[in-house]
Amino acid sequence: MHLQIISAQFYKKKDNIISMNTSVKTALKDSLVIMPGYIVLGIGFGVLMNARGFGLLHSFQMALFIYAGSMQYVGVELLALPATYLNTFIMTIMVNIRHLFYGIGMLSRYKVLKKHRIYDIFALTDETFSIVCNKNMKGLSRQDYYFCLSLFNHLYWITGCVLGNVLGDILPFDYTGIEFSMTVLFIVIVVDQWEKNDDHLPVLLSFAISILCLAYFGRDNFLLPSMVFIIVMLYLLRMIRGADHA
Amino acid sequence: MHSYILIAIMALTTIAIRFLPFILFSKKTPSFILYLGKVLPYCTMAMLVVFCFRDTDTSSLYNCMPEILAGIYAVLLQKWRHDSTLTIVSATVLYMLLVQRVYR
Repeated sequence: MHLQIISAQFYKKKDNIISMNTSVKTALKDSLVIMPGYIVLGIGFGVLMNARGFGLLHSFQMALFIYAGSMQYVGVELLALPATYLNTFIMTIMVNIRHLFYGIGMLSRYKVLKKHRIYDIFALTDETFSIVCNKNMKGLSRQDYYFCLSLFNHLYWITGCVLGNVLGDILPFDYTGIEFSMTVLFIVIVVDQWEKNDDHLPVLLSFAISILCLAYFGRDNFLLPSMVFIIVMLYLLRMIRGADHA
Repeated sequence: MHSYILIAIMALTTIAIRFLPFILFSKKTPSFILYLGKVLPYCTMAMLVVFCFRDTDTSSLYNCMPEILAGIYAVLLQKWRHDSTLTIVSATVLYMLLVQRVYR
């Protein structure tokens, strides 16, 4: 009897181990889709930091603590200006506000996690979100899978950012125009989203609002009014079409 | 010193944004928020594209040719191949060549 309990416990433990191994392996496999993008984008960031005169430590800290690609690219410009505290704060909200909505998308799935929940929420980037929101979790341990995927992606990102800074030093090269990688990143996301969605009116109106705000408020001040007008536009659009349409 | 404080502001603000929904909507999420969750990420990207082109010199067609050519190239390549890394790397290289060698 006693032996049976022990062996049952043993098998239960073994089951857990197997499930963990599969989860880790699946996370590694899924993260490999993200790796080239993160390494390349990270290198772009590191090179840009180097070109603006910032060292390895700055790149490493930003990759470790901010861990948000587009924000870090914008951050290079903020550091180079240098921007005021208030402007930096507002700019971070503007660029990263979309993360609110990734969080909302993962509310039910991340809320129930017992282990690593804090880290998983911290590390929920555009790319990690794009994988976890569509993932079929059958046969996988949620907490192991989410944690490993987030961690692997974070490591690729840190590697890229640091590598870029080093490369900027050892490869004397004219990096003029490297900042265009950020523009292409956003273009790529818009193109992908365009093909996934049937309803293009919100994004077309967002383009129009942003361009009008840029013309009216100028390059330094147009983000905040754009954001406000876009949210008002979405609210009105939903009212006109009715809540069911959306 | 200033740069370290700026990095700290960026990091703490980003962290706060990522945690906010889990604090605010731990019980029930309003339907307008759920709707924003679906459409706003997409709309924000459109705004950020405009943000990236804010310094484009529109005084003559010649001056903004690198942005126009590399931008069109990026859209077409992404629609064709759907390889984000390939698009980002090649469009950036194209832009750098245009800015440094062609339209100086």
